[in-house]
Amino acid sequence: MYGYSGKILHIDLAERKSWVEKKEEEWYKTYIGGVSMAARLCWENIDPGCDPLSPGNPICIAGGLFTGTPVPVGGKYGMASKSPLTGFLGDSLSGSWLSVALKRAGWDGIVIHNASKDWVRVQVDDDKVSFHDASHLLGLGTHDTEEAIREELGDDQVRSAVIGPAGENLARIANVSNDGRKAGRTGQGAVWGAKKLKALSIRGTYDVEVADPETLLQLSYDILQASQGPNTQKYRVLGTSSNVLNMNKLGLLPTRNYQQGVFEDAELVSGEYLHEHYKANTMACAQCPIACEQVGHVKEGPYAGAMGHIEYESLYALSSNCGVNDMAAAIQAITNCNELGTDTMSTGVTISWAMECYERGVFTKEDFKCEKYPEGFEANFGNAEAMVTLTEMIAHREGFMGDLLAEGTKRASARIDEERGTETYKWAMHIKGLENPGYDARALKTFALGLAVGTRGGCHNRSAAYDPDIKGQVDRFSVDDTRGELAKSTEEYAAVYDTLPLCKFIRRCFTGKADRAGAWPAIAKLINATTGWDFDYDAVDLIGERAHTIKKAFNVREGWTREHDHLPWRWQHEPLKEGASANSIVTDEELEYLKDLYYEAKGWTKEGLIPKEKLEELGMDDVAEEIGV
Amino acid sequence: MPTLPSTSKHAYITCDASKCVGCQICEYVCSYTKNGAFNTYRSRIRTVRAKKILVTAIACRTCEDAPCVLACPRDALKQDPETGIIKVDANLCDGCAWCIEACDFGAITINPRTKLTEICDLCADEEDGPQCVKWCPKEALELTTPDKRAQRSRHKLVLEEA
Repeated sequence: MYGYSGKILHIDLAERKSWVEKKEEEWYKTYIGGVSMAARLCWENIDPGCDPLSPGNPICIAGGLFTGTPVPVGGKYGMASKSPLTGFLGDSLSGSWLSVALKRAGWDGIVIHNASKDWVRVQVDDDKVSFHDASHLLGLGTHDTEEAIREELGDDQVRSAVIGPAGENLARIANVSNDGRKAGRTGQGAVWGAKKLKALSIRGTYDVEVADPETLLQLSYDILQASQGPNTQKYRVLGTSSNVLNMNKLGLLPTRNYQQGVFEDAELVSGEYLHEHYKANTMACAQCPIACEQVGHVKEGPYAGAMGHIEYESLYALSSNCGVNDMAAAIQAITNCNELGTDTMSTGVTISWAMECYERGVFTKEDFKCEKYPEGFEANFGNAEAMVTLTEMIAHREGFMGDLLAEGTKRASARIDEERGTETYKWAMHIKGLENPGYDARALKTFALGLAVGTRGGCHNRSAAYDPDIKGQVDRFSVDDTRGELAKSTEEYAAVYDTLPLCKFIRRCFTGKADRAGAWPAIAKLINATTGWDFDYDAVDLIGERAHTIKKAFNVREGWTREHDHLPWRWQHEPLKEGASANSIVTDEELEYLKDLYYEAKGWTKEGLIPKEKLEELGMDDVAEEIGV
Repeated sequence: MPTLPSTSKHAYITCDASKCVGCQICEYVCSYTKNGAFNTYRSRIRTVRAKKILVTAIACRTCEDAPCVLACPRDALKQDPETGIIKVDANLCDGCAWCIEACDFGAITINPRTKLTEICDLCADEEDGPQCVKWCPKEALELTTPDKRAQRSRHKLVLEEA
């Protein structure tokens, strides 16, 4: 078998032992890698119905098919476990040298079982697994933890995935960090914390064998050349933060906890402003020729020294969405999230929920007491220092508010509504417990459907359904009978990239066209040169449907019902008042109609369950046995 | 351009740190070109990161009176007087790593498979020259020569004088 070692490494933290599981080629052809393989490993290894923070929830890491080869943007891994935020599948992707080390160590994936009694760092050196005391690493930020491990081993080539203090403190919005990149969403960091796993370090020295290296090299070279032109200009020059002004113009920029879609000071928190005043450098992920990551650095003022990776999704959450127009504060807040190990999006949206609570009188200054501000502080929208302080309090679960917000928007809101008899759920901006991305979906109706049915909750990465809305392929303000098929098609399109995985920013570099016709034949060639298989357009397309199906199947087994495909109350009841997306909501009637269309397009029942035949058709007979209807 | 002073009268590979993004594509291509395998551990050029955002790549700088050659106790390293390229005789090298100690640039690596020393040879036998330079997506890598270095010094001077 080329492209794979055929081996999955299992590690038991309680017993401190490891074993090898061999997989057949057919299994790899079905699940490939990335989020699909990670989800499948989760399906096979979880104790169904378990508490996400219990030992029965495994951490499942799956490498990439192209990882460790020169295929541009193929250096990524997928990580999955049951999400402490949603109670459904939590799947994350990260660009990472860890994925390269994993591949070279000879593993297609790693499953980490049970929980350690004491804080542990697990080290994988090729075939050898060892367990090390991690107590001296506790409290260290993500970057410092990685550096401390390099220092300890005297080896700058060791690659580690680590959690920061937030994961140690079981903040449900904590993430996992590696070389500055994150497996960012769905609270994976809390799962690591619950297992007392501070770090996973990998060193791999084996060669990566592919079926036809000469062809793979030539294909890679052509993609690499194409990746420097207009196809990726947006990402290379300003990075994803260029979206701030675009979204603002469309009236879709989440502002003051999604109360508005236009931010009056958008210019001050734009990618352009960042580029001009705060940009320190541009960095690349592993084996990526595009290099989109803009590093923002604050040189003076109260936040001098802050240095963080600034992406659009981090930026909207920790600027306009909190009503904050101070780029330096945004960079500090993002830096705190990066180093303390929380998801910037969930952090920002949870803080904006708290700010709205404060403005509406649910919270008072007293509720925000902390060591730095013993009397508490004002937490109104636009208060930059409040936002920055809250990012620290959340990671440390400091004070009443830090402990509350570390639970994420859904739980924080439910707790307050119960204790104080309020209705803060009306502005809790999450889907299935995962905080929403930086697009207001009230006026993106295909995307609203894509988000509502998303297996991991409010996420723009797993569904590209905003694409037909924003491009004008459909009327974004209304619904019609094409949307079910569109939501299916765009989520499965995204799932192909997330499974190989390849970064989606390469999508125009195969032929200049990002659609299936433009990309799938080229991706098939890459797969075949790597593995020696004979994939074609249809086989590539099937990768996405299978990936999405295994994730959905996992959720069904964990108790998913049609009611779980929902939208935040605000998007269904409060229209935006100004801007290019004013006066739009998604009514109950519209949402239920859209869901009907979507389940039908997927070939599922009206209740959204998966028929046995459908699963068998996809080669998932054992899944059909368990959850097929 | 290069911040390190030249120690060579020959050509060598330099990296412009202001252009390098740390993608390591040079390492993949090097390991394949020299070893027929994708394995950045077996690359003769190494990317280095420091302080989160500083990044560059290092390969052999073809030093004059190369310290690595002098340090080798088994005379396994020989420098070509014409090109400055350091050649390693695999039959003599025993992987003792004295050459690595001697190199101020950290440009020498031990191949983890063969346990022997490997040093950049500027892809002398490749028709289109050093493959890392050919592949570098950001044009950060360059095969610099004494003439190119002199040109750059003159340019720098004119900018300072003007």
